[in-house]
Amino acid sequence: MSTAVSVMPGLTLAGIGQGFWRLLPLSLFVIVFGLAYGLAAVQTGLTPVQTVFMSLTVFAGTAQFAALELWGPQIPIVPLLITTFAINARHLLMGASLYPWLKQVPATQRYGSLLVLSDANWAMTLNDCQNGKPNLGMLVGGGIAIWLTWMGGTILGMTFGNLIADPTRFGLDMVMGCFLLSMVFGGRRSWRLVLIWCVAALTGWLAYRYLPDNTHVVAGAVGGGLVGLFWLERKPAARAMENEA
Amino acid sequence: MMATDGMNGLIVIALMAAVSLLARFGGVLVMAVVPINQRVESFINAMSASVLVAVLVPVAVEGDLAARMALLATAVVMLVMRRPMPAIAAGIAVAAGWRYLM
Repeated sequence: MSTAVSVMPGLTLAGIGQGFWRLLPLSLFVIVFGLAYGLAAVQTGLTPVQTVFMSLTVFAGTAQFAALELWGPQIPIVPLLITTFAINARHLLMGASLYPWLKQVPATQRYGSLLVLSDANWAMTLNDCQNGKPNLGMLVGGGIAIWLTWMGGTILGMTFGNLIADPTRFGLDMVMGCFLLSMVFGGRRSWRLVLIWCVAALTGWLAYRYLPDNTHVVAGAVGGGLVGLFWLERKPAARAMENEA
Repeated sequence: MMATDGMNGLIVIALMAAVSLLARFGGVLVMAVVPINQRVESFINAMSASVLVAVLVPVAVEGDLAARMALLATAVVMLVMRRPMPAIAAGIAVAAGWRYLM
C-alpha cells in the first residue's frame, strides 16, 4: 500500500460507546448462536460452569462448536488445541491487517483491544481505518457488544437445553453440524475453495478411516492448507504485469 | 487424552482459551517482526476453511440418514440464500421431520 496510513487516536470512553451501539443491533443475532452453543454444550455433557467458562474465555463460536465435537469423558488434548488454533488462525490475519493502526497506540491499548477481537468488530474497524476514520473504540465497544450477547445466548441455551428431554427427536443434535457447515459456505466462493474443501474432506476421511483416532482434523487442515499454499488466493493484475516487464 | 470432569474440564477450556488468545495476539506480534506474505496468508485462509470440513467428516460418515439429510439441507439453503440462520433452521427441521416420518 502506497497511501499514507491514517492516524489512530487513543482509546476513549466515547469511542467505545460509539462502537458498542453501532454493533449492538448486529450482535443480537449472536444471541441465537450463543443459544445454539449453550444447548449443544448441555447435550454434550459439559457442566453449566464449564459451558459458561468456555464462552467467557474462549469467545470463538466455531472453535467452541468444534470442541464439543471432540468432547467426551476423555478428550484428546493435542488435536483439540490444534483444532482450536487452526479455526482461530483467521484471527492472526485479522490482527495483522490492523497492525498499521494498532502500532500507533500504547501496547496496553493494542493488546487490550485485541482481547475482544472477533469477526464482526474487526470488519467494521478495518473498514473505518481504511476510510480514514480509525476508532479503536469500534474494536473494543463492538467486541463488548458481541461478548455480552454471546454470554447471554449461552446462558439462555443452557437453561432451555436442560428442559428438553429428548433433543435428538427435534433434530437438535444437528445444531453443531449445521452451524459448522454453514460457516464453511459463508465466505466468498471460488473453484480454488471448492478444491480446498474436496481435498480437506478426502484427507480428513482417509485419516478418519485409516489413521489413529482424532487425526482427521489435523490431516484435513493440512491437506486443504497445502492447496492454499500452492494455489494463491488471487493474482493481482499488477503483479503479472511486473513479471512481464 | 485428558479427563473432562469438573476442574479437569476447566483446565482443558483454559488451554483452549490460551490458544485462542495466541491467535488474537499472534498476527500483531508477528507483523512487528516480519510482514506476512501472500503465500502464508493463502495457506492460513485455506487451513481455516479446511478445519471445518474435516471436523464434519465423522458426522457425515457415521451419522444416520436424518443427519446426512440435515447437512444436505443446510448446504443447499446456504448456497442459495447465503445466510446461516435459515440454513441451520432448515437442517434441524429436516432432521426432526425425517426422524418423525421415517
